[in-house]
Amino acid sequence: MFESLALGFAVALSVENLLYCLAGVALGTLIGVLPGITPLVAIGMLFPLTFTLPPIPSLIMLAGIYYGAQYGGSTTAILVNLPGETASAVTCIDGYQMARQGRAGPALAIAALASFFAGCVGTLLIAFVGPPLGEWALKFGPWEYCALMLMGLVASAVLAHGDAVKGLAMVALGLLFGVVGTDVNSGVVRYAFDVPELFDGIGFTVIAVGLFAVAEIASNLESGERREAFAAAISELLPSRHDLRDASWPTVRGTAVGAVLGVLPGTGPALSSFAAYMLEKKVATDPDRFGAGAVEGVAAPEAANNAAAQTGFIPTLTLGIPGSAVMTLMVGAMMMHGFAPGPQAMAEKPELFWGIVASMWLGNLMLLVLNLPLIGLWVSLLKVPYRWLFPSIVMFCCIGVYSVSNNPVDVYLCAALGALGFLLARVGCEPAPLLLGYVLGPLFEEHLRRAMLLGRGDPMLFLTRPISLAFMLGTGLVLVAMVWPALRRKQ
Amino acid sequence: MERLLRDLVAGLVFAAFGAAAIHFVREYPLGTAMRMGSGYFPAALGWILIGFGAFLCVRGLWRWVPSPRKAKQVGGLDFVRDDRAPAPAPAAAWNWRELTWSVRPVACIAASMLVFGFVMPRLGLIPALVPMFFVAALGGREFRWREVLILTIVMTAFAVGVFVMLLKLPFQLFPGFYLV
Repeated sequence: MFESLALGFAVALSVENLLYCLAGVALGTLIGVLPGITPLVAIGMLFPLTFTLPPIPSLIMLAGIYYGAQYGGSTTAILVNLPGETASAVTCIDGYQMARQGRAGPALAIAALASFFAGCVGTLLIAFVGPPLGEWALKFGPWEYCALMLMGLVASAVLAHGDAVKGLAMVALGLLFGVVGTDVNSGVVRYAFDVPELFDGIGFTVIAVGLFAVAEIASNLESGERREAFAAAISELLPSRHDLRDASWPTVRGTAVGAVLGVLPGTGPALSSFAAYMLEKKVATDPDRFGAGAVEGVAAPEAANNAAAQTGFIPTLTLGIPGSAVMTLMVGAMMMHGFAPGPQAMAEKPELFWGIVASMWLGNLMLLVLNLPLIGLWVSLLKVPYRWLFPSIVMFCCIGVYSVSNNPVDVYLCAALGALGFLLARVGCEPAPLLLGYVLGPLFEEHLRRAMLLGRGDPMLFLTRPISLAFMLGTGLVLVAMVWPALRRKQ
Repeated sequence: MERLLRDLVAGLVFAAFGAAAIHFVREYPLGTAMRMGSGYFPAALGWILIGFGAFLCVRGLWRWVPSPRKAKQVGGLDFVRDDRAPAPAPAAAWNWRELTWSVRPVACIAASMLVFGFVMPRLGLIPALVPMFFVAALGGREFRWREVLILTIVMTAFAVGVFVMLLKLPFQLFPGFYLV
């Protein structure tokens, strides 16, 4: 196990790759911290930048962008009380209070340190749990894969926030988008309408940028959201020894909570940061301080959030089932480089697999090194008005999508999907399940067809093979959890 | 009303995609459950989408229609967790003024992308970016043309620097003018 980690570090630690990682973290934070840009938008608009690189440096840079963007989200949560995504919503509560007391510096530093600690633990967990899980998954037949994917898809739709029925419908729509293009089994071109650009399917970049960047800008503009930069002076930059002592145990507990919850599909970081915050409030001797700028209230959720993000990579990398929207973006980007995460990938391309794991950790480290000295810069970035930002994001989207194959049709499609995504978001349909359905769709169909063929058309095999049955029961459980409140109310 | 429209529009969009999927699937062989043809999976998805779409429409109407008898058992179809999403939608009324405001940003941004896609392969990066910025900026709440002009110049220079000079993307800058 340590050999594999060593292999990973050998890959990730070349000067060139370190520079890419650094560039990724810097860019990710830079974009992620800009007002009105969530981590998803930041990753969505930046990842086309990595396409020109060879696979390993590009994935390393992507990992850097990922961590940078996540941290950028926490920064806006602390400084302007606006969470970049649900995961950092809890950080707002105490982080913003700390900032109002002029302690934005310590809050940001504690957030970074807690994240780093959680990231270290998470990386070790991947190295410990990944290989046995991957080996176990190698025994999976098509039935198990199908059932597992079904569980992941249903869970991501039901457990994510929002209306569960709409989430499930979005998954189905995503699966349908995944169907477009040449069918690998028969060579039939489906739903391409004689547009040659669609013969290979709708590009991942097109969908991701359209749904997450374009649609999001339109939504932001429509709701007329205003972000006022935090004006109070920052009196201290570094946390005191007292702060560090107060934050240490919450960090450990938050990491534990996040590491466990992160593995579950669909729950992801959001639930874990909330759970960690509640736990801290329970164990605290004076719970009243929470909500008034308690260091623990920043450390625990940030640690949980990052630990969950890290352990979320376990199902993502070993089974190929991403647990959250950001993770789905990462998987899609990996697939564009010919690296389809899953048990086979771990066995066949260990240098890529462990290189990614190692660069995750490096990304965390870079964050600490890069961001603490630059807090002042991030604060000033928060003052950039949105009317300058959004045309620039559109520019990034246009160039990024166009550059994939120098084809204007991709840009047209992206605009259309952006409009569709905007409409769907406007009526309460979150785009994340759609993206997951789209990414897993082709694999799901392939395994389903193989399972039915091998089983001579007998669907009962899904319920008689033990591992497959377990996943099916898991799916059922999630669905029951969705219906349960209403059944109870009826009685 | 807002909630009814949200369910209805979502339902209709899903149902429309489902219907389209089923309509065009006729060209592909269906196969059997055991040997699925290339049309089997998309056809199944089409029906599933129609099902979800219909469910959403019915649910929306059911919740909307006020009836004293139903008030008690409204939980019947209410089992789905409510639209508690931190939805981007404000509780705006669906009057015409608001509606144009909802449509304007998305229309401008989509249009700016279309302009970019149309001009880019014909005239090159710089002639494509200038109208892109102006059309996109029209989607904002305030449009100050002097600011947009400066933004366009700065960001175009940035794009040429990063994408063409640094990342060496083989873009035409002006008709017939390449850097890489």
